[in-house]
Amino acid sequence: MKEILSGNEAIARGAYEAGCIVACAYPGTPSTEILENTLDYKEINSSWAPNEKVALEVGIGASFGGGRALVAMKHVGVNVAADPLFTLSYTGVNGGLVLVSADDPEMHSSQNEQDNRNYAKFAKIPMLEPSDSQECKEFTRLAFELSEQFDTPVMLRTTTRISHSKSIVELGERVADLPTPKLVKNAAKQVMLPGNARVRHPLVEKRCSALAEQGASMAINCLELRETTIGIITSGVCYQYVREVLPTASTLKLGMVYPLPHALIREFAASVDRLFVVEELDPFIEEQVKAMGIAVVGKEIISLCGELTPERLSAAFSGIGIATVETQTLKQGNAGMPSLPQRPPNMCPGCPHRGVFHTLNQLKAYVSGDIGCYTLGFMPPLSAMDTCVCMGASIGMATGVTKVVSVEEQKKVVAVIGDSTFLHTGVNGLMDLVYNQSPATVIILDNRITAMTGRQDNPASGFTLMNDPTHCVDLPLLCTALGVKHVRTINPFDLEQTRTVIQEEMNRPEPSVIITDKPCILVKREGVFQKGPLLAVNDENCTGCRACLKIGCPAIEWCPGEGKKGKAYINPQLCTGCDVCRQLCKFDAIGRAK
Amino acid sequence: MSTEITNILLVGVGGQGILLASEILSETCMLAGYDVKKSEIHGMSQRGGSVVSHVRYGTKVFSPIVPEGEGDILFGFELMETCRSLSLLKPGGSVIANDLRIPPPSVLMGQESYPEGLANSINNRFSDFLLVDGQKLATEAGNPRAANTVLLGAVSKRLAIAEEFWLAALQKMVPAKALEINFKAFMLGRGLE
Repeated sequence: MKEILSGNEAIARGAYEAGCIVACAYPGTPSTEILENTLDYKEINSSWAPNEKVALEVGIGASFGGGRALVAMKHVGVNVAADPLFTLSYTGVNGGLVLVSADDPEMHSSQNEQDNRNYAKFAKIPMLEPSDSQECKEFTRLAFELSEQFDTPVMLRTTTRISHSKSIVELGERVADLPTPKLVKNAAKQVMLPGNARVRHPLVEKRCSALAEQGASMAINCLELRETTIGIITSGVCYQYVREVLPTASTLKLGMVYPLPHALIREFAASVDRLFVVEELDPFIEEQVKAMGIAVVGKEIISLCGELTPERLSAAFSGIGIATVETQTLKQGNAGMPSLPQRPPNMCPGCPHRGVFHTLNQLKAYVSGDIGCYTLGFMPPLSAMDTCVCMGASIGMATGVTKVVSVEEQKKVVAVIGDSTFLHTGVNGLMDLVYNQSPATVIILDNRITAMTGRQDNPASGFTLMNDPTHCVDLPLLCTALGVKHVRTINPFDLEQTRTVIQEEMNRPEPSVIITDKPCILVKREGVFQKGPLLAVNDENCTGCRACLKIGCPAIEWCPGEGKKGKAYINPQLCTGCDVCRQLCKFDAIGRAK
Repeated sequence: MSTEITNILLVGVGGQGILLASEILSETCMLAGYDVKKSEIHGMSQRGGSVVSHVRYGTKVFSPIVPEGEGDILFGFELMETCRSLSLLKPGGSVIANDLRIPPPSVLMGQESYPEGLANSINNRFSDFLLVDGQKLATEAGNPRAANTVLLGAVSKRLAIAEEFWLAALQKMVPAKALEINFKAFMLGRGLE
């Protein structure tokens, strides 16, 4: 049977077919849909972990217990999971363990575009890289087999264009007859004290050599000879671009990008006149090929930054006089068109974050920010975020900045973090803030969901990925237990309360936490989000002062032609009745719609 | 590039149902026996940003993204977003656009105005330009929310894929209770000249 699947859906399918019984992840674009799809297979226990390190540890435990486990995360998530990952390389596995790293060249939804192929080399773990959805499924199955055959975790690397592109996949059956998981004690392999680890390390090196050797005969490393004037070593989505733009060139398509199949590379290099490597981001393959003493061209013509596209690849080869299948030369451009206003993403109407950022802007706070929808608080007109580095960083960085600025400036420092991000890696930051008594104020924007990645549950939402009710972390109690003496909960739609409480806590020269308690409007679970009474502008009272526009709500529209100066209008189809704009109007021009 | 590949771009604003429309389109291509690839960037799509979805079909498709300047059909769900993506089309490409204006944040806030005369500008450059009042026709079919299906019908007219495959894809992807209205909406769009 054939289906059109995204790379992520196909990985989930591959895990199912491979007999995987545990899948664990923390959501992160472009990896999120993998776990949302393993969920469809009842044979797989799928769960969200509070962060990627825990997700990998859950996977390791499942593997040690003898089950096949899949762990998925975005590229920066592997940084969080790196600690267990490097030692996992030494222990190896029992049941097959596959770690999916979904990289994001071009940073469509990320804070950096690190190339996680480097992790495979760094941690000495084999890495497979599929080039379409069919391969996503097949390589996932193969990754489980290699994992058990070579006693190693296996990384499967995708990029956004693989994760989120759909193509046709031939479905297969789930493997049967896998051993039943049970507790097995094997201290020499699973207790990585120096004495044991010293025994394991040489085995890891042997494993790498064995994989490199076997790589030459693996079907996923595919030598395709066409015209031999040009030979291109490539992998992943880049292979598709090469086939599109340079259809007559010979290719060595690497399905395993680490360790490299040296014999096959030598054979290919000897078969072609000029050798190239086409890869996004780092010269990962190129440097290894050069280290083999083989002359090759790569980053001389292809950028180290951003993702590749057919036109960028075409330009790279045309630039050195190699004919490509060019895009039609008459570019339409936007000549003759009026200039178009940009359409950046925006917080939703009724978003509980809006009033908080408006207030922080008014109070001229120095906002140590974090990662989530609320990072959009950086954009005008809210313009109230001053830093954003990585998940959970806001609190530690707030502590740090209060260590160096004057007592007066310390009062301006506020860390802002969402519920999911706080539980991901913010808790330790708060522990430190209390332990070392930073006067910074922490605001936890608790909207009951991991919103940015598309509404995933988390330990403070009360439900698991499988939609089972579970314990809901009591955030105020958690903060109190960490030693915060001043924990206050506010309604972020009440601007006066929001302003008063934030101001008071900013002025307090000791640790304090403010928790907002309104849910994301996108939470679909019944009874969580509730609309307020619909609002409307009273045209007679509206003076056109534009105060209501300062919160950037998509439901409020400026009508320049109305009245003397123009008037505001509230779109009844978008308004959620959050009431924030009504409180900003000094002329009583916003009230309940009739 | 390869003349055997047909390239379609679906553009609009996050939340307009672009992904579902591109899925129905891809499904149709697969049912008709073609190789098909589709690509778009998720993540920001729920936050009202610009969305571009690429669908390519033919005997064998390599790249999942349409090379710039190679689009055969631009399927626009919103007027300004349609204009923003015109450069993706090849000369002589077709533009099928919903006659709908969704103001972006800067326009909502009164800092910029929604550009005038966009339809004329498109018309001046592309002879095959169809501006569709999707909402009106969808209302005629029974539900204003079926506007995307009306437009899909108009797009279908320009592709050499038999009607049965379109209807089969709709049947598979649209919830049963909305199916009849969507069939009607599709045929209304398909009947547009």
